[in-house]
Amino acid sequence: MTKEQREIVIPSQLLGDVKNKKAGRGTFVEKGKIYAEILGVLNASSEHVDVIPIKGRYDPVQQDFVIGIIIEAMQSSWLVDINAAYPALLHVNEVPWDVDFGETEKYLNTGDCVMAKVSQVDQEKKLQITLKDRNLYKVKGGRLIDIEPQKVPRIIGKKGSMISLLKKYTGCRIFVGQNGRIWIDGSYEGIKKVIDTIYLIEKKSLSYGLTNKIEDLLKINAKEVH
Amino acid sequence: MKTDIKLIQDGKRLDNRRLDELRPIKIEAGVLHRAEGSCYLEWGGNKVIAAVYGPREAVPRHTQNPLRAIVNARYNMAAFSVDDRKRPGPDRRSREISKVISEALENIIIVERYPRASIDVNIEILDAEAGTRCAGLTAAAVALVDAGIPMKDIPVSCAAGKIEGQVVLDLGKDEDNYGQADLPIAISPRTGQILLLQMDGHLTLDEFNQALDLAIKGCYTISEMQKKAIMEKYQKVEEVK
Repeated sequence: MTKEQREIVIPSQLLGDVKNKKAGRGTFVEKGKIYAEILGVLNASSEHVDVIPIKGRYDPVQQDFVIGIIIEAMQSSWLVDINAAYPALLHVNEVPWDVDFGETEKYLNTGDCVMAKVSQVDQEKKLQITLKDRNLYKVKGGRLIDIEPQKVPRIIGKKGSMISLLKKYTGCRIFVGQNGRIWIDGSYEGIKKVIDTIYLIEKKSLSYGLTNKIEDLLKINAKEVH
Repeated sequence: MKTDIKLIQDGKRLDNRRLDELRPIKIEAGVLHRAEGSCYLEWGGNKVIAAVYGPREAVPRHTQNPLRAIVNARYNMAAFSVDDRKRPGPDRRSREISKVISEALENIIIVERYPRASIDVNIEILDAEAGTRCAGLTAAAVALVDAGIPMKDIPVSCAAGKIEGQVVLDLGKDEDNYGQADLPIAISPRTGQILLLQMDGHLTLDEFNQALDLAIKGCYTISEMQKKAIMEKYQKVEEVK
């Protein structure tokens, strides 16, 4: 197989032996052999073997920045959908406002959208999020789109290369949540261009040298606009 | 009603199959937009669609298990799937099949990864022609892989049976109705473990062993088709230029 495409593996596919390789994420070991446990892309080196998922739910990790939608306002907390398998809890102590008991609805109500940080994931996968960090607030205006959570690293690019490219060529404000939700604000044309490009990246996410290809594409479009 | 029907003639069956030949099978992964994973499968005259939702929080809450996920398979036959209209809704038969399929899948999904969650698998039989539980389970397995759920293997199911005193693979409709036995099984093809085994009718011990071996052989053939279907779907996605 050429380096143009990455190798796809499916569950139960044999990937190697524990004697000469270390089993990483997305794999399991049985009787000294390493197998893939999910549908994904093979990422193997001489020492270890990983499978990077290409589909599936968002798996929350502490310190992740996410975009959540309020499901329910309770007496002293909110339930927030962050696209994970479970709803997350946002307690009144974790928001920057001084909220009186029972008055949570005045600040955030069902359907409202917040940028948040995952503050706690326990063994039972009970989730807690917080708004007490830099640049976290209730979202007003802009557009929200959903992509496959596993594709988020591709949208951001190496050290944010892809996302800064998008910002540079369209002048939009973009916030990418690790849970696959992306918030975009800017001019109408800019938003449209960002959304089209993001869906393109999602589709082509498995090819190499994607950042350069996207940059070329954005350059061409930029000329057309001016 | 014809009861003197000849099921085997000159070593060939009613639909011109050999004794150890499967009906034609077509599998397509990822056909539904709103489901996390899905699969459409045609197996002879059976047409099955399977959809996977979740992992998501299990409701009602008392069904949650704090240590592992629960697997809810729901097998349902469409009212128009059989000759006489089937009364819609769950009945004794479909509840049994839902249960055995759930249990087969539970043993292969890595359920410890999602405590308190449920993984919902909906299996809809659009057209039925004997062997729907095998078709349903085979489709559900592909849909689960398509949903990106961690699994130890891709389960696969197939049936064997006995007609006119001979052990045959993959019973058709008349063979099921007028034959002497039906033995649907599901296996984990990597380890060869049996996940589901049911039997209807009478078989001697020798015949049973023979039928089991035959069904396992059929399972391995179908397993290759499942893997091909998944690979095809995702190879295609890659090639978008």
